Formats: sequence, C-alpha cells, structure tokens
Amino acid sequence: MSQAVLQAKLWYAQRISAMVLGVCVAIHLAIIFYAIRGGLTAQEILGRTQGNLGFAIFYEIFVLACFVHAPIGVANILQENIPQAGMTKPISWLLALLILILGTTAVIGLYTGGAI
Amino acid sequence: MSSRPTLDYRAKSHLPYFAYACHRFSGLLLACFIPLHFLMLSQSLRGAEGFEASLKLTDFWVFKFGEWALVVLLAVHLAGGVRLLIIEFGPWNGLRKGWIQISILFAIVCGLLFLYFAN
Amino acid sequence: MTPMSNTDLKVKVWRGAEQGEFVEYLVPRNPNQTVLDVVTYIQRKIDPTLSYRFACRVGMCGSCAMTVNGVARWTCRTHVSKIVEGDSLEIAPLNNLPVIKDLATDMREFFNKWKGAVGFFKGNQTRHDDFAKVEPQSEERQLANAGIECIGCGVCYASCEVVKSRPNYLGPAALNRAWTLTNDVRDVQQLDRLRAVAGDEGCHACHSHGSCTERCPNALSPTASISGLKKLVARAAVRGSKWGKL
Repeated sequence: MSQAVLQAKLWYAQRISAMVLGVCVAIHLAIIFYAIRGGLTAQEILGRTQGNLGFAIFYEIFVLACFVHAPIGVANILQENIPQAGMTKPISWLLALLILILGTTAVIGLYTGGAI
Repeated sequence: MSSRPTLDYRAKSHLPYFAYACHRFSGLLLACFIPLHFLMLSQSLRGAEGFEASLKLTDFWVFKFGEWALVVLLAVHLAGGVRLLIIEFGPWNGLRKGWIQISILFAIVCGLLFLYFAN
Repeated sequence: MTPMSNTDLKVKVWRGAEQGEFVEYLVPRNPNQTVLDVVTYIQRKIDPTLSYRFACRVGMCGSCAMTVNGVARWTCRTHVSKIVEGDSLEIAPLNNLPVIKDLATDMREFFNKWKGAVGFFKGNQTRHDDFAKVEPQSEERQLANAGIECIGCGVCYASCEVVKSRPNYLGPAALNRAWTLTNDVRDVQQLDRLRAVAGDEGCHACHSHGSCTERCPNALSPTASISGLKKLVARAAVRGSKWGKL
C-alpha cells in the first residue's frame, strides 16, 4: 500500500473511530455521573457489570475504538514535534497494544468479577 | 545578530486555534491516562475484595482531583471532536465558533456535575 | 498634512536575511496611515537600503504581504490605527518562507508547492472544439467558485503551523487551488491531482487549526477546501474514485 493510501486510510480510521467514540463517550459520561453518586465501591461496580453481556459488549467496542483512535492521534503529535527520532511507529504500536490488551483484560475482569 | 522571527503565539491567538490546542492537549493526556485506567479496572480480575483494595488507593485527594480533571478533559475532547467531525464531514459553515463556546460550556457543566454527584 | 498626534510611531523593522536584527525607526503619525505607508516612508525618507515588495497598493495583488505584530497581513490594507500597540509596530517578513533581504521573501517554494499539488489547469479541448458547457449552479461549480479568488499572496501559508512543523506540507493555498480544480469538470488531470494531494505531506496533515481561514484577506476558507479534499481522497483510497484507483 502506498504512503498516500496508508495516510488516507489512517485518517479515515481515526474519524470513523471518533464517531464511534462520540457515542460511547457520551454514554460513558452519563454512566459515570450515575455511578459516582454516594461514592464508588467495587461491590457496586461489579454488581452492575458482572454477568452483564450488554455492558461487556459496549465496553469492548469502546476499547476497540480507543485502540484505533488514540495511537493514530499520538502518532500525529509525535511526527510533528519530534520528526527525526523515528520513534513514532514504535510508540504508537506500544500504545495500541497496551490499550487492546489492558482494555480487554479490564472488560473480561469486570464481566467475570474474578470468577475465571 | 539573531535569527529571523518565526510563527509565535501572536499568529495563533484566535479562537479556532485555541480549540485545536485544547483538543490536542486533552487527547494527549487522555492517551496517557487510558492504559492506567484499564490497568486499574483489570484489578477486578482479583474479585470483589482485590478490586476494592485497589479502589481504596484512589481515596487520596490527588486521585480525586485527577478524576475530576479527567472528566473535564473527556468532555473537552468529546465536544471539540464533534466540532471537528462537523467541520470535516458536514456542510461548510465557517470554523464553527458557536461550537467552541458550547464545548467550553459543556466542559464546565460536566465538571460541575461531577463535583455535585461525587459529593 | 497635520499629524494626528505628536508622538512618532516607533517602528521595528527586520533588517538582514535569515540572520539579522530588528532596527527601530521613528515615523511621523498620520491619519488614515497604512503599514505600507510606514514602510514606504522609512525607505524613502530614512533608510533607502530597506528592501520590500509592493505593487498595486490597493488590496488586489497581494505583493505587500508581511508579518505585522506577529500576524500575516496585506500592509496596504492594514491601517496603523487598527493594529498599533501603544505607539509601536513590529514589521517582519512573511513567516515560513526564506528571507531574501529585509521584508522580501523567496516565494519559489510557495509556488512550487502549487505545482506539486497539480494546482494548474489542463483541458483536452482546443479552439476548434465547441465551448465547454459548465452549469454555473451545479454543485461542483459552486464549490470551485467559493475558492477561486485566491491571488497567491502567501498570507495563509505564512500563518500555517503545519507548514512550520512539516516542511514538505503542500500548504493551504496549494491545496485550496487543487480543490477548486478538482471541481472543474473540464480538467483532465484529476487522478494525478488526487495522488499529489494524498501524499505524506498532503491534505490529511491539516489539523483544521483554521489560521489560514482566519487570516485570508480575501475571506477564503482553505479549511473548507482541504476538508473536501480529505473526504475525496479517503474515499478514493478505500473505494476508488470516478477517475480511477488512487
């Protein structure tokens, strides 16, 4: 794939994932405001998420959208501020992996409540 | 003898640039925070007690301030992002300065809501 | 002409090239004075070695574009009274372009990027063919018309931070012109043009800071044109365009 096509696809991917995140973040903010009333405990959180497939699917979509959106954004920032270092690709990939692995682990953890 | 002047803050002192700067800054901080957030949440794999133990760590006021700041950053990034999507995908109608004002209001409202609900 | 106030203007002007210094001149204040009037006064009455460009002096040619108090402007259309800070002015050459001498910049890279973005027209009709029929109210023609008043003054290019941080970025003017030509139904280089603006330093490098749109003295919106190109190129990269595959 030529550089041009790659840049175009990355731009597209970031904007599409942005649209997904727009919805997810709006819902997430609402959930945050609901959840923090009266303090936050593990019991409460797990009470809502454990065994709740809907929550799990929603948040996994959220994680996947972040996995696409954030590394491309960070790559742009790095490319423009530290162009010569050649660190752009490794750092973006590292962030992508962290988000994917830690995020999915978190979703599994909240869904199972440690019961696996 | 010095080097010729270059683009400085005076060239960037306009509202749409400020909106971009907020969007980039909030995005960068969120990108740094998200892996930590996921790490915290994955402590749930330890079951309710293990999870509760790590949640207790966040009782320090520094974390509370951080949580509030992150909600505000998230609101800023969301609103600024929707504005960009409208600029790039919607019918052209200028740099959407009305949106910038709404974004700031939205972020303030989210910040206040967080403080209200978190007692 | 009686001066409006007794204080002279303290005008700092860039002298030199890439290396140099700001030199301060005292210029009598006049009503309705433009920054071009100030520069001209300095060159004619104080220091004839000052180099600068101007031509029409009525806001049509764009030759007099300079950086005034940090902001790129047409100096012939900038009234001193509107932008003076106390009684001080700072005049420098346009940013993002190499300085030849004092206030004159080397515009070659600016125009080379226009070429690089295929910002020029090429048709396939000759004088022996009938006139091309372009519907003025068609969507494409209206999109083109919105951006064709560009006179290549360089103010947008000089205001763009992406140009500063990505030296090969084609820039707002070149991309704006490319967009107008993309909407010109008579042009036959559309695929080349799409490929040219899709590169590493093409339309997707724009972050919609909006400085170009804020500063354009002709009230054009390169941000809009570049947004149009972004969508077109992205679609072409994924699904192919009506002119072929990217």
